[in-house]
This record gives sequence, structure tokens and C-alpha cells, in this order.
Amino acid sequence: MLSIDRSIIDAIVAHARRDHPDEACGVVAGPAGGNRPTRHIPMENSARSMTFYEFDSMEQLRVWREMDDRDEEPVVIYHSHTATEAYPSRTDISFAGEPGAHYLLVSTREPDSEEIRSFRIVDGVVTEEPVQIVDAAVDPNAVQSYMFGQSPATVDYECSGR
Amino acid sequence: MAIEVRIPTILRSYTGGAKVVEGAGDTLDDLLTDLDSRHGGLRGRLVTETGTLHRFVNVYVNDEDVRFLGALDAKLNDGDSVTILPAVAGGAFGFAAAAALAQHDAAALAHRAAVAAR
Repeated sequence: MLSIDRSIIDAIVAHARRDHPDEACGVVAGPAGGNRPTRHIPMENSARSMTFYEFDSMEQLRVWREMDDRDEEPVVIYHSHTATEAYPSRTDISFAGEPGAHYLLVSTREPDSEEIRSFRIVDGVVTEEPVQIVDAAVDPNAVQSYMFGQSPATVDYECSGR
Repeated sequence: MAIEVRIPTILRSYTGGAKVVEGAGDTLDDLLTDLDSRHGGLRGRLVTETGTLHRFVNVYVNDEDVRFLGALDAKLNDGDSVTILPAVAGGAFGFAAAAALAQHDAAALAHRAAVAAR
């Protein structure tokens, strides 16, 4: 299972919306061995394509070194599909080079809702996993925002500040 | 002459789990051949059958992407640090995917054959 803060999911979705119709991509780093994504790093899609993404190799080196220095690892690697479902394509599966990462896909094909799904991709085998979106424990409004999120009448993406 | 080589997680099965290994060579090509003599199969994951660097592997000498240094012909010096990272790429559909897929599949098959032969 991928457990991730709502604020990080919001930032990823905002990034995907901003770059739509091009695919957006990035990383969420976290302490090595901890399986906890804590630091959102939006990356440039050097392919600048609606159907393909690729990290810029120099930006990747800088970010990977920084993670190494901070004793972090890429806990989540995300990208968006802008016209298709949030499921790994053959391309995604072939190039998945981080067996320890959660591959998070966001589909922005619907203008007012997002599909967010997470997968492990190891040796070409895709396994979907549940995504648990966590409200920050220290947030005094956590209970209220939980209630808000649970009421279908108030789920309004226009109001979420993105 | 010793060159430090940083190995990504996905290739550590070739290095007995080691994150950093040492090798020698005047060029990247030489270094990869040297590494392959101790870490059999590693070179095949980085170099295609036609003798070019795989498109979706990034190799850096110090702070430079080797694609800008002559790729496999990149010159190396004692004390250089070489970093290998799997390129992070994908997408709904890749124009470059078909060719790269074929290379990747060939490399994966070669790896499986090598593992099976051990």
C-alpha cells in the first residue's frame, strides 16, 4: 500500500493539471528504507510530450545525488497520462528502473476529476496497490477536512485551492 | 588506476548488492569491459548488441552526462567517479519506445539466460 499525505497528492495533481495536455512527472523522496514519501520534487519532462515523459538527465543526477546526501530514496515516481487511464503502459513497464518505488499515475483526461492509482513494477510485472491518502496528523482541522472530503455534496475541485 | 562506479539498485544483482564498485580503463568502454570481467552481465545491461550505450540508461563521468563526452569513447582518468542511473521515462505511448523496447527485451533475455547458466 502507498500511504501519502494529502498535501503531496494535491501538489502532484496541481503539477499534472498545470502541464496538461503534456505529461507531467516527478518524484517524492523519503527516508531510505522508510517507505514514507515526504519531499515532493516536480521534475521537468524533457520530452515535453502528450504521450511520453523523460526526466532531464542532468536534473536527475542532481536530484538523485541530493537524495543520496540526505539518505533518502525515490519512494514515489509519478507521471500523468493526459488522455488515457491511470494504468502503466507497455512503455512504462519496460522502462521502470526503480524496483523499490511506488509508480503513481494520475490521469487528467477528465477535466474536473482525477484518477490516481499506484503500482509496483518489478521485472516487468505490474501489481496495483491501494493508495491511502492521509491528512496531516498535526492539522487541527483534520477531522473537519475529513468530513468535508467524505460528503459527496461538497466534493468540488474548484474549491480546493488548486 | 581506480575509478569509482556507483551502481543503481536495479543493477546491484550483478555486484553482489554493492552500491559502489571500482574499475579501471582509459575509456568508458574499457571500464565497462573491466567491470564485466568481475560482474558478469553488467555490460550487457548498459551496452546494446550493436555496441552503443542503451538509450534509457544514464551514465555520468563526474558531473557530465557521457552522451556529451563521446558516450562509450568518453575518456577516463584515475580518480574519476562514474555514476549509472536508470533513465526515468515512460508515458502513454512512446515514439522512441518501439526500438528501445526491443533492446530492453534482448538485454532482459540475456540476463535471464546468464542467471540460468550460473
